[in-house]
Amino acid sequence: MADFFHMGGYAFYVWSSYGVVAAVLVYHYLSPLWRRKKLLEELATEPPAPQSKNAQ
Amino acid sequence: MPPQMNPNSGKPRAEGWAWFHRFGSPPWFYQFAARWSKRLGWAAGLLFVGGAYGGLVVAPPDYQMGDSYRILYVHAPSAWMSMFAYVVMAAAAASGLIWHLKLGDALARACAPLGAAFTLCALVTGSLWGKPTWGAYWVWDARLTSELVLLFLFLGYMALSDALDDRRSSARAAAILAVVGVVNLPIIHFSVEWWNTLHQGPSVTKLGRPSIDTRMLIPLLVMFAAFNLYFISALLSRVRCELLDRERRTQWVAEVVRG
Repeated sequence: MADFFHMGGYAFYVWSSYGVVAAVLVYHYLSPLWRRKKLLEELATEPPAPQSKNAQ
Repeated sequence: MPPQMNPNSGKPRAEGWAWFHRFGSPPWFYQFAARWSKRLGWAAGLLFVGGAYGGLVVAPPDYQMGDSYRILYVHAPSAWMSMFAYVVMAAAAASGLIWHLKLGDALARACAPLGAAFTLCALVTGSLWGKPTWGAYWVWDARLTSELVLLFLFLGYMALSDALDDRRSSARAAAILAVVGVVNLPIIHFSVEWWNTLHQGPSVTKLGRPSIDTRMLIPLLVMFAAFNLYFISALLSRVRCELLDRERRTQWVAEVVRG
């Protein structure tokens, strides 16, 4: 197990690479979900749009 | 499902193109993207776990680079996806420019931050691999420099598509940049052949003799699949936000908001 984390002496390079990629990918997966939630809340409180008179 | 709204109603159109128009219809795409973003996100997650296990645990160390080569499993797919995302972005931007497809511009704008993220991952993991292998985090080598140019193209597209008050002129200007920037892609791809570079040549697509052990190769292919599915999933998720934002005054968005 210690060998696994040691990565033959390249621990810093290998683990930082995987860490950076994981962080970037997780962030870019979550950020549109947060943005959509915020947008829907914002639109729910927005006064009715002019075109919405066509809506039933 | 909200009612279909045909953005081109009034214009004559051939029956055979109905699927194409449905695909370009924002309310339809919004629902379609919701379903597929979730499915592909799960599939990508499973493949990431499998690929990382294969690459970090199962694959043997390289005879020259030892364990440092394991960076390959995140580096090569990131670099590949950075170019793939650029192709998708440029094609979507061009379709918005030429045929005024609403979805084209939305797709291109959704692509740019993801492409920039993949490019950043490729550059950072590349320099973390370069340090123990070449002795330097960065060299002004053809491959590295052209990949850095790709990052600036993505950032330039993002800045330009937000720069002007009029969304349509902004989209036009940004789309032209995206299309012109396509010339950088063959430069990145062939840089290792055209110039004498430090960056190694391709190890997967090289035909003829086997150049990579199967236990090393399979995790790499799994990672490529994971990155591709992840990209599509995240892209669809971003397009949904773009559509909600730019169609905020339409009836279908009002219905989505009401739930």
